[in-house]
Amino acid sequence: MEKSKKNIFKKMNDSNLLLTITVIIFFLMYIGAIVFQGGGFSKPQMFFNILNANAALIITACGMSIVMISGGIDISVGGVVALVSMCCAVYLDYHDGSIFGSIMIALGIGLLYGLVQGFLVAYLDIQPFIVSLAGMFFARGMTTIVNTAPFNVADEEFTALKLTRINVPFMGSVNKKGIYVPAYVEIGVIVALIIMVLLFVVLKWTKLGRSFYAVGGNAQSALMMGINVRRTKFLSHLLCSILAGIGGYVYFLHVGSGAASHAMGMEMNAIASSIIGGTMLTGGVGNIIGTLFGVLSLSTIQNIVASAGLDDAWWTGITIAAMLCIFLLIQSVVMSNKKKLVFNR
Amino acid sequence: MNDNKFKKLMSNQLFIPVIALVVLALINLINDPSFFKVTLGTNNAGNPVLSGYLITILDYGSELGILAIGMTLVTAASGGQDISVGATIAIAGSAMLRVLCGGNSRPETIQAPIIVAFLVACLVGMLCGAFNGLLVSIFKIQPMIATLILFTAGRSIAAWINNNELPIVPDPKFSYFGGFIPGIPIPTTVFIVAICIVIIALVLKFTNLGLYTQAVGINENSSRLNGINPTFIKFLSFVILGLCVAVAALIKVSRLSTINYSVIAKDIEMDAILAVALGGNALSGGKFNIWASILGAYVIQFLTTTLYKFNVQSDALAAYKAVVVIVLVIFSAPKVREYMKDARKKIIKVQKEAA
Repeated sequence: MEKSKKNIFKKMNDSNLLLTITVIIFFLMYIGAIVFQGGGFSKPQMFFNILNANAALIITACGMSIVMISGGIDISVGGVVALVSMCCAVYLDYHDGSIFGSIMIALGIGLLYGLVQGFLVAYLDIQPFIVSLAGMFFARGMTTIVNTAPFNVADEEFTALKLTRINVPFMGSVNKKGIYVPAYVEIGVIVALIIMVLLFVVLKWTKLGRSFYAVGGNAQSALMMGINVRRTKFLSHLLCSILAGIGGYVYFLHVGSGAASHAMGMEMNAIASSIIGGTMLTGGVGNIIGTLFGVLSLSTIQNIVASAGLDDAWWTGITIAAMLCIFLLIQSVVMSNKKKLVFNR
Repeated sequence: MNDNKFKKLMSNQLFIPVIALVVLALINLINDPSFFKVTLGTNNAGNPVLSGYLITILDYGSELGILAIGMTLVTAASGGQDISVGATIAIAGSAMLRVLCGGNSRPETIQAPIIVAFLVACLVGMLCGAFNGLLVSIFKIQPMIATLILFTAGRSIAAWINNNELPIVPDPKFSYFGGFIPGIPIPTTVFIVAICIVIIALVLKFTNLGLYTQAVGINENSSRLNGINPTFIKFLSFVILGLCVAVAALIKVSRLSTINYSVIAKDIEMDAILAVALGGNALSGGKFNIWASILGAYVIQFLTTTLYKFNVQSDALAAYKAVVVIVLVIFSAPKVREYMKDARKKIIKVQKEAA
């Protein structure tokens, strides 16, 4: 028994092991929530609401995973999301802009951020943390400069798009009055799903995707294999920032307003979900599915905390930090075990 | 000969902060010469106090100066930075208030001597530092990620310590630490910084801390082979930073005699890292110069005050500082330095050929 268990663990690589832990924890948590709290959690709509509220986080966390897989980090994403939503809100309301234009603004901000940060990190060898720390503060400051007061967007086209609901078949439930209420998701969720599928394919089966892993695993050997390390790092940061731009638009679509305090601490949640989903901070390990489960675990625990009556603002921060801490320790232990295995051979 | 002297000056670590200070001073001198005026007046309580922008800078830069001491050591030893200092200040300050007010948000008198509250805050700060240090030194997590945990949870923990209430310290003596002692016109914070500087100077002079820290930062493995315990040195640097945080928390809380969990010491981690970078210390660890960092801290406060003087909103301040950081890190990046060296050589060559 002991032996077969060990074999399974040996066969699994680090990513799969961490992913399995996360998936198991997520299902345990969700089932526990259904059993002990019942009510909302037993309805499918609860799950879809989690998706609706976190579509933007899923997108940004995917970008974060890519950067982390290639050995970097980007803590500017939360700031970028806030900047994008503020710029789009100002453009739509004060300048009477079109939806298309606002999407272009979102992508443009992401692209610009990616170009600058990617260049600084990849070609000037500056620590990614410092670069993106400055990027985060710049974005937060710029958001205030663009517009100080938070405000809601009244643009009609936008509101129509914001309220668009896509019904999910067979998942509805009957409410108290006996009327069938279909379950729905917002447009953001569809966008997030498409992006996830695309990124999954890119990471798994394309040359670029594999070179992200190679560079993150060991930049020196990647260089010797003939991979353009600098360009790969640059592209990872570029991709992350563009995804942050898209995530910013999805976030904007969900909340429908611009404010300097938007997406406070989102970078933290994105990093936490990536880590919980099995992406290694040291680079080279991780995948998109894990990140999805990371986001889901994180938001489920937030919902549980909220519906358990502990909705005092501080519990959320503490639970996320505690979860992050636990997963970091697991990673650390896994890594040191792996090193021991290598030495013992 | 002249060229050589210039090179020596350039290579001095104090060069960058001093130049930055001079540039800022010049900008202010041109904009408004009265910037440098220091006047002796009386405050609301009728005590003689010095006032003026320079005094403001000296006063409000002190938390940053104290944090810069610890941050430099952490940077040098671990090659990373602690981004939880702002949140830890909130925790230590909250603990201090909890002891002073005894869980009552509007007490008539303080419930414990100030020195006890300060010692508790020191303990709490050192515990937070020890937590970070543990993650970094033993579990080998990157410092910035490890400290991200307290960065997220810190302000929540601070609110939790006092049940999200905002206690007010009734004793006027408590406000002396962040203000003025009656009869002495110089801000008390200046003395606190002076004490900290003297202590760290003595520690660096009479112990091997500085040498060991540099050794660990430059090459962890070889320092271990030379009989230094890198794990302990890293851990120690975080604990020292925790102590610095507690002192900074004393000043911060004393200024208002109360606390605002979400605002207190906001973005100070950025300023502290900036101070270290401005002091010419490599952010990837190794050699360090604490005096340059402290000077850097005051330069940053100078910059902040200047920006305020130009009517920049406090929320927008971060954007300007971020630009300064980016410019600084670009110029201190080894790649850019090499490139500039090459360019200078080429220019000299061309000049010689022309001559």
